[in-house]
Amino acid sequence: MIPSAFDYVAPSTVEEAVRALAEAGEDAKVLAGGQSLLPVLRMRLAAPSTVVDLGRIAELRGVHEDGDRLVIGAMTTHYDVQRDPLVRQHALLLALATDTVADPQVRHRGTFGGSLAHADPAGDLLAPALALDAEMVVAGPNGRRTVPAEDFFVDYFTTALAPDELLVQVRVPKFSGWGAHYEKFNRVAQAWSIVAVAAAVRVDGGSIAEARVGLTNMASTPVRARGVEEALIGRPATAETIRAAAQHAAEGTQPVTDANADADYRRHLVEVLTSRAVTAAAAG
Amino acid sequence: MTATIEPELGRPRRRKEDARLITGRTRWTDNIALPGLLHMAVLRSPLAHAKISRLDAEAARSMPGVIAVLTGTDLAEQQGSLPCAWPITPDMASPQHPALAVDEVRFAGEPVALVVARSAAEARDAVEAIDVDYEDLPVVLDMEAALADGSPLVHQDLGTNRCATWVFDSGEAGTGEDVDRVIAEARERGDVVLERRFRQQRLIPAFMEPRSVVVDPTGEQITMWSATQVPHILRLMLAMTLGVPEQKIRVIAPDVGGGFGGKLQVTPEEVLTFLAARRIGRPVKWTESRSESMVSAHHGRDQIQRLTLAARRDGTLLGLKVDLLADMGAYLGLVTPGIPILGAFMFNAIYKLPAYRFSCTNVFTNKTWTDAYRGAGRPEATYAIERMMDELAAELGKDPLEVREQNWIKHEEFPYTTVAGLTYDSGNYEAATEEAKRLFDYQALRREQAERRERGDAVQLGIGVSTYTEMCGLAPSRVLGSLSYGAGGWEHAAIRMLATGKVEVITGSSPHGQGHETAWSQIIADKLGVPFEDVEVIHGDTQSAHKGMDTYGSRSLSVGGVAAAMAADRVIEKASKIAAHLLECSEDDLEFTAGRFAVRGTDRGTAIQEVALAAFAAHDLPEGVEPSLDAEVTFDPENFSFPHGTHLCAAEVDTETGRVRIRSYVCVDDVGKVVNPLIVEGQVHGGLAQGIAQALYEEAVFDEMGTLTTATLADYLVPSAADLPTFTTARTETPATTNPLGVKGVGEAGTIASTPAVVNAVVDAVRHLGVNDVDMPCTPMRVWHAIHRGAGAAPTEMATGAEAGGGLGSIDGGDQ
Ligand SMILES: Cc1cc2nc3c(=O)[nH]c(=O)nc-3n(C[C@H](O)[C@H](O)[C@H](O)COP(=O)(O)OP(=O)(O)OC[C@H]3O[C@@H](n4cnc5c(N)ncnc54)[C@H](O)[C@@H]3O)c2cc1C
Repeated sequence: MIPSAFDYVAPSTVEEAVRALAEAGEDAKVLAGGQSLLPVLRMRLAAPSTVVDLGRIAELRGVHEDGDRLVIGAMTTHYDVQRDPLVRQHALLLALATDTVADPQVRHRGTFGGSLAHADPAGDLLAPALALDAEMVVAGPNGRRTVPAEDFFVDYFTTALAPDELLVQVRVPKFSGWGAHYEKFNRVAQAWSIVAVAAAVRVDGGSIAEARVGLTNMASTPVRARGVEEALIGRPATAETIRAAAQHAAEGTQPVTDANADADYRRHLVEVLTSRAVTAAAAG
Repeated sequence: MTATIEPELGRPRRRKEDARLITGRTRWTDNIALPGLLHMAVLRSPLAHAKISRLDAEAARSMPGVIAVLTGTDLAEQQGSLPCAWPITPDMASPQHPALAVDEVRFAGEPVALVVARSAAEARDAVEAIDVDYEDLPVVLDMEAALADGSPLVHQDLGTNRCATWVFDSGEAGTGEDVDRVIAEARERGDVVLERRFRQQRLIPAFMEPRSVVVDPTGEQITMWSATQVPHILRLMLAMTLGVPEQKIRVIAPDVGGGFGGKLQVTPEEVLTFLAARRIGRPVKWTESRSESMVSAHHGRDQIQRLTLAARRDGTLLGLKVDLLADMGAYLGLVTPGIPILGAFMFNAIYKLPAYRFSCTNVFTNKTWTDAYRGAGRPEATYAIERMMDELAAELGKDPLEVREQNWIKHEEFPYTTVAGLTYDSGNYEAATEEAKRLFDYQALRREQAERRERGDAVQLGIGVSTYTEMCGLAPSRVLGSLSYGAGGWEHAAIRMLATGKVEVITGSSPHGQGHETAWSQIIADKLGVPFEDVEVIHGDTQSAHKGMDTYGSRSLSVGGVAAAMAADRVIEKASKIAAHLLECSEDDLEFTAGRFAVRGTDRGTAIQEVALAAFAAHDLPEGVEPSLDAEVTFDPENFSFPHGTHLCAAEVDTETGRVRIRSYVCVDDVGKVVNPLIVEGQVHGGLAQGIAQALYEEAVFDEMGTLTTATLADYLVPSAADLPTFTTARTETPATTNPLGVKGVGEAGTIASTPAVVNAVVDAVRHLGVNDVDMPCTPMRVWHAIHRGAGAAPTEMATGAEAGGGLGSIDGGDQ
């Protein structure tokens, strides 16, 4: 379908973008890769008065190191995240999760920041960001602030971003040397997750020294499976430990019932997938 | 010029039409731009059943760029009723089917008003500004509920939701015994009597090119371009529905991007574009969005099947009784009521069945209307019988292939008249099955299956069988007549020999992705002995291809291709007279090979191109011979064609998650003689993808309000190559004896055969866990629930189908 008419601005700096948002008021929308926004506009589920395109802001693209952090620009495409050697080295989990997003066409346009800002609980990059304790750098009329992932995801399609704020970059602690795995369960290749589990573990002398587990689509926001993490840490990386730990995966989750999965099935799936994700992460 | 030409028949040529189709640099309807073109958009009902109590279009009329806003009331006098050409019984309840709803809407997606504006965007904006008040009416969605006493009615004036009941009974027809007696006797003797209820979920054809129509009223004729499979039928039906003289309408199907039966229709939007353009006096275009297509283009399948199969303990079939409910949706389209009836002759499949009864009740519900979808009635039938054969094998503890072989028609028994009254001309089920087993390594997979069961692996292996036949090449006109179908099943072809020796082939068959241009060129190049490149195929325009019955029902090659071949024979006959005259010999002394008329026993001869030039010049023709080699043929087949084959599927079921993964898929199809093996391969692959899609992925789901919740391709899961296994395909070749090319249809075979093969494999993998059925599509959740609820089938309506999944569909938030 054809979207309602809107004004279009394409600023070349973050400051201009923030000003453009402030001027346009509540009705403005930020455009990143457009892979989620354009369908919404075309189906007329939203009719913004102004669209602020971030595509020309060079600062927002690319990955670099900053001490013990990796800094990923919000406008870095899925394709660039997938291929970035720094991401593979220091945040393997993120690279692996990005590999499972959509199809090559979408990955060439869709962005890391766009996915996080969109905050679809079925989106694949939220749980890894949460599990890895990423921090969101947000720019607004009063300058920049940093929001930890835990506080960033608020509800379905809702983040801590104010309407006049932009996500500019994501700072991820380095997890060099950790094993990682993203176990995604969906029905066709290009689809979002029905349930997925993001796991990163550091195995030391045959036992699990540290573990991070994040869950996709088990609530209105990504969920950190702390019960699983606790049950893993300090234990031998064996099938039994992992299976036992995975029994905690559904704790505190609030899965929905939809056409692909009812809540019971999701609670069951998350245990199976957690076990598989941690096993693979511990092996790799 | 007698270069030896390699035979074209059987040559795997790449398709000459592909470059333009794939790049989109071609005449798709939406690519057509005319001077002064206006754009139409359609307002659709958001409700499944309601009275339109008020419709206010004033605001829309004053929006920028708007030329006209039309409502059902405005068009009530002119729009007539959309045609249904297949009244299956004399007493069929047949509702009015207005293109624009006048005072009541009966499914969500039904057109309510239209806007014509200077741009497509302005038309869309104005549609949003139309204000409609609806008064809710009770909604009925379930067929069994619709037939119950006191059910709300979809059409109040019909007084019932029962459209028609159509019965075939072999006892009454004299083609077999009385099945009720046979089943009763079987019960008494303690033979096997199996009863099952299967659901054919509703599917959406999901062709790649959305529907599009352009109408230009500025000429002596009104010209319509439409993304249709049936330009000829469309012209006739427009004339009959709208009362416009047929010769004043020209319909063009330019390049069309897929149809699968979904464009075998006379659509409301075609009628509306026509009426709007005529009223305004300027060309108008309508192109649908994907979600519009999903809710309003006709759907397919949607049956509840109750089956009773009787067999002796040794596996010999005794009788089959079929009771169907078929969902029409809210209205009848072009052939809606006849679709399930096409299955009536196929439930007996390849088996020698002594007694058979088929009964189908067509039912109205407040859902999108249904009609043809790839296979149309035959996939439903094949699914039912092939699932039943596996159930019978399980009941008897026999190998499913053994039970089939015990009952199928042996190759030396052809021609064979079945219990449904059809005569199968040829086939060799043994050969296809033998080859399939070999390619599949059947025994090794059975061994692995046993080992996995033994070990209690988390991932179990299942093997599914489908030995199918189907009737296609629609169809002998007298058979269609006996089924009360509104037209014949012939096809027309003509050949124009140009002065330069080049050839134009005109076909009434209407390709929309099948590759007619390549295949017809191969046939004619071979027949006339001219280079492939010299043949041009003309189609899809009622002015140039003036006569035709179009493309559906795997009929193009076996009816239309045969007509073209026969027209070529006539060209040769005509040319032969002129050649004999030029060579000063008797026609009997001429021999025509590889494009050359040669005088037997001499080295004298002339090429057909030279004869064409002589005919054109007409300076020196024999007495009484017209100056033309052009010829035409209208061919009416004497019988259907009956492709058959054996499909074997190995599926792995992850019992922890319920996920099904197809590990290997082998099909050996017998489609008779093959013109182009590459095209056949393509048809088989696409067919398999759609058949597997029904087994595992696709389903049109409505919520309890009657809203389609799978209205985007994020929710309606069409699998891609990434989701499908590598197919192992092979062919046996038993020529059809009922047409001179020996060809059979291949367009639907893959779809018809594959669905039961896959579901049989899924059930086979977990049967030892107490499962004897899983509803389609076999989603991971359904399979998992079936396993973990233990014995029996998964419940028909799973937990809920009401909400769409994550991603696009959950854009406005999910709920708990
Ligand atoms: C066919 C298809 C399949 C898909 N499959 C998957 C999948 O399997 N897994 C998955 O995770 N995703 C999937 N996606 C979504 C895809 O990953 C999108 O790219 C992503 O959700 C949004 O990123 P974008 O850059 O396109 O953002 P846009 O669509 O441009 O924006 C999305 C939303 O975020 C806001 N936004 C974007 N950037 C910023 C910013 N820097 N600051 C503030 N707000 C911002 C926008 O205003 C908008 O509301 C799929 C998409 C499609 C079309």
